[in-house]
Amino acid sequence: MTVDVRDEANSVGPASAPQREPREQATSDFPQAMPSGADASNGRRASIRTNNLTRQYKVKADKKKGEAAKTLLALDNVSLEVYEGELFGLLGPNGAGKTTLIKILTTLLAPSSGEAYVDDLDVVKQSNTVRQRINMVSGGETSGYGVLKVRENLWMFSQFYGVTWKDANARIDEMLKIVELEDKANALVSTLSTGQRQRMNFCRGFITDPKVIFLDEPTLGLDVHAARIVRDFTKGWLQKHPDRTLLLTTHYMAEADELCDRIAIIDHGKVLACDTPGNLKRSLQSQPIFEIDVSGITERTIPVLGDAPGVERVTGEPDASGSTYKLKFILKDESAISSVVQALTSQEASILSLQKHEPTLEDVFIKLVGRSLTADDKGGK
Amino acid sequence: MRKSTGVELFLRAAFGRGYPRVIGAQRELSWLFFDIVIPLITMSASVFLYKALQADPAYVGFVIVGAALATYWLNVLWMMASQLYWDKQAGLLEIYIMSPASMMAILLGMGVGGLYMSSLRAGSIAIVGTLLFNVQLDGSQWGAAALVFFVTMVALYGLGMVLSSVFLMWGREAWQVSLALQEPVFFMSGMNFPLNQLFNSVQALTTLVSALIPVGLGLDALRQLLFPGKIEGVLPWGWELGALGVMGVVFVTAAYLMLKRMEWLAKVEARLSLRWQ
Repeated sequence: MTVDVRDEANSVGPASAPQREPREQATSDFPQAMPSGADASNGRRASIRTNNLTRQYKVKADKKKGEAAKTLLALDNVSLEVYEGELFGLLGPNGAGKTTLIKILTTLLAPSSGEAYVDDLDVVKQSNTVRQRINMVSGGETSGYGVLKVRENLWMFSQFYGVTWKDANARIDEMLKIVELEDKANALVSTLSTGQRQRMNFCRGFITDPKVIFLDEPTLGLDVHAARIVRDFTKGWLQKHPDRTLLLTTHYMAEADELCDRIAIIDHGKVLACDTPGNLKRSLQSQPIFEIDVSGITERTIPVLGDAPGVERVTGEPDASGSTYKLKFILKDESAISSVVQALTSQEASILSLQKHEPTLEDVFIKLVGRSLTADDKGGK
Repeated sequence: MRKSTGVELFLRAAFGRGYPRVIGAQRELSWLFFDIVIPLITMSASVFLYKALQADPAYVGFVIVGAALATYWLNVLWMMASQLYWDKQAGLLEIYIMSPASMMAILLGMGVGGLYMSSLRAGSIAIVGTLLFNVQLDGSQWGAAALVFFVTMVALYGLGMVLSSVFLMWGREAWQVSLALQEPVFFMSGMNFPLNQLFNSVQALTTLVSALIPVGLGLDALRQLLFPGKIEGVLPWGWELGALGVMGVVFVTAAYLMLKRMEWLAKVEARLSLRWQ
């Protein structure tokens, strides 16, 4: 049986902003959000705040497929608080609602209901003022004009925020040096590689000196070295500017674990859990996690294994050849491993290796969402 | 870090958005061939036709002025009306909307930058055409001609601002709409012949269409001023100037309202600003 904490966990932080009232403790074994508004805030004010934020999309009827018009619920009563100086992560599979949340907070979308505040400003009613204080970088975006040089491109974007030329040029020099693109300052954007272009986009977000910045998959498409530069800068930026706030979405668990002060796990438009990476992992410590490499099974075997007694969650991913699977089991208790082995034997699977490991953020994600972030919706229980 | 607001932000944003067009004209020199040589060839066809018919030499001048103004119409159509659509596809539109700059500033930058680009092309066509075919212009009313040209550009680029929002809402058919509008507008605005010829043939229709196409009235007024006595205008040039002024005000106001509508659609209906919608 799966412990579904979605409904309780969805309310993250006090609903009646701006006062932060102590919250009731979570009733499930998962930290529903922060343990209490006051604890998580550590005396800081909320830089980002949402109250029962809901967003629906109308999907037009597809007459060719005979499908009627329908409504898609992208965000479902999300209440969150992100504090000044915090690096806050949003984790969730594709279509979980992360991008919708960011689009609302960056004034690009209006909520269907509920409220959202950035730097104490209503994103709907005070969108023009909000825009002066924020910026956003999306991974894989191709912003800019190929006919411009890197420096000119960044300068152009700085002008949309009214940055003086002197300040803009100083910031451009500084940022290009940080992301190791200073030798490309006078190269045409059209000549940059994908990774270089992504680093340039990253600079674009920080050149305007935002109070709150939204990074949507910032290391997508970057090589290991470039991703490291981006992560180091991100951490350093908040240390240097403790009055700023950074909201990050990422597909990389290790990145979220390393960077984020707190993480919200989101799926189907609901916040399933929200806490520090350490607390999230600790909440799984009572449940043993086993990784088993097996051969002789197919994709269809995995849900069957999930029905074995004592299995809380199971996910599986094939290796490159597709002949062996790496299965991950979250069990209710240690003794359930025998039923897992029995289930595997009954499916005529060959066990190649079996090991128990400490909970990771990935395990927390699997437990809550039912599938791994990398495999997305492959073979989860 | 000091960040400007209000008028200063508006002007900075407009200048920033216009910059790629200004600098692009210097970096991509292929336009010298595509935007001057090819239009000259097209223009020459009409010039030789008039010469073969032994028409008044002023008709050669009409064609050259028409070819120069056609450059602006093409710019409005392909680099103004379609631009927000391309920007949306490239993910730039949401960056513009998310910034504190007014979208009117972005459009103004696009327009002024495009005007600069087009002026290089139009100027080159006019100079080369005038020298090549030995056209005699009357310079006695240069001031009035410059005023007509300026007001025509305001009206024309105002129309471009309106179209940029319209094209965005029409979505992926934008380039087809541009293609569909290109040649009919050349015809309806009398690019290669005096507009009154068309006006006299199908009066009601051309009056209506010409009234909506700034380049038609602008061209007619410029021909009256640069070749006085050689052309019977659809209206006296002063009236045409007034009509163009009204068009400029109407189009710029409409562009502002359309942008508001576009942003509303983007935010409430989740259309337009997101690439996948």
